[in-house]
Amino acid sequence: MHDHRHDHHHHDHDHQDVPPDISLRVKALESLLVEKGMVDAAELDEIVDSFENRIGPRNGAQVVARAWTDSAFRQRLLADSTAAIGELGYLGGQGEHMKVVANTPAVHNLVVCTLCSCYPWPTLGLPPTWYKSSAYRARAVIEPRDVLREFGLQLEDNVEVRVWDSTAEVRYLVLPERPGGTEDMTEEELAALVTRDAMIGVARVAAPQGSDS
Amino acid sequence: MNSIHDMGGMDGFGPVVREDDEPVFHYPWEGRVYALTRVVKPWLRGRRLPGFRFVLESIPPADYLRMSYYERWFHMVVTRLLAGGLVAGSEVETGKPDPDEASPALLPPEDGSLGFALLDLEVQARFAPGDRVRVRNLNPRGHNRLPRYVKGRLGTVVEDYGVYALQDSDEHGQLPLDDPQHVYSVRFEGRELWGDRSGARDAVYVDLWEEYLGPA
Repeated sequence: MHDHRHDHHHHDHDHQDVPPDISLRVKALESLLVEKGMVDAAELDEIVDSFENRIGPRNGAQVVARAWTDSAFRQRLLADSTAAIGELGYLGGQGEHMKVVANTPAVHNLVVCTLCSCYPWPTLGLPPTWYKSSAYRARAVIEPRDVLREFGLQLEDNVEVRVWDSTAEVRYLVLPERPGGTEDMTEEELAALVTRDAMIGVARVAAPQGSDS
Repeated sequence: MNSIHDMGGMDGFGPVVREDDEPVFHYPWEGRVYALTRVVKPWLRGRRLPGFRFVLESIPPADYLRMSYYERWFHMVVTRLLAGGLVAGSEVETGKPDPDEASPALLPPEDGSLGFALLDLEVQARFAPGDRVRVRNLNPRGHNRLPRYVKGRLGTVVEDYGVYALQDSDEHGQLPLDDPQHVYSVRFEGRELWGDRSGARDAVYVDLWEEYLGPA
């Protein structure tokens, strides 16, 4: 029994073939655990709401924008990422021990979890489906340049690519390069430029529209 | 465990498929599964249960690839609730508590578990940044955090991340979490891992518990 709604995702087996009754099975489990007194439905609502509306890549973007505008913070961030991110209040589950890696003209960093889906929840939220896909997990370590090219990022041969496989309890965040043409922007304006993909390392932060750089 | 979850370096999966403006959860049930796995945690503590990674990694490879991410998580949370005796199979089917089943109780955490977080423990470090190391060829039936693409390979320790309990399980998925060790960031040159397939300047950094490493 196959659900072909996602045929256009032909190669992405991580997000298709959902059995039609899975939502009923989940509902049954939830009501069972509620009736047993193990789970409060309002607590589930709160967790879902927090990740749909509050905990996401805007948090990480604040960290990046601060690093771009405050060189002392940037130094602290690279020397002790956990403590510096803690200054902004973005620690928590799956972000207890953080390591920020900085992109430079000579080095490009890329984050993956080949074994599962490890990702810094407090700064980036829950990972997108592609990050959890077999294709990304399999390929990021062996052919990172091909993966980056698919994301639209063509690196020069003389740029060193560093792939960080999150196999233990440390979670990684990429500090992208600040784009040119942003010298007059405020920290808030800069944060609005920073994308989730740039903090995973599959993209650069684009210069603002209208900039000539 | 040498199974399909350990995918680093495999070919054949095609392009990385992205979705514009992807929602956090694609269906409401996905959010419920995610939240359920978090709120049942206190109930699972102190019970003899397979660890959640062990359960996910024990899904037969063909099923693992067919299932969506949150389907695997649903399977994982049900399996662990059943193993802990917190629910019965018939209850999961019907969604109704069986009056003959005892009400579950919260248990104190198992003694001796050091958990998964960074530990404030004095443990002698065998390696230091700059040391050359060779990854041991370990193939346990239980869960560990050693991707097969680095087994037997030469790397360089770049950072000591501090002390964590070893997260390896036994072959039944039980996690003693009683063996504190240093965890190191180890750099592997791309050519060491992938030969000519890798760019000459490229590298992979992997976080490895001390017992996964031997001298070069």
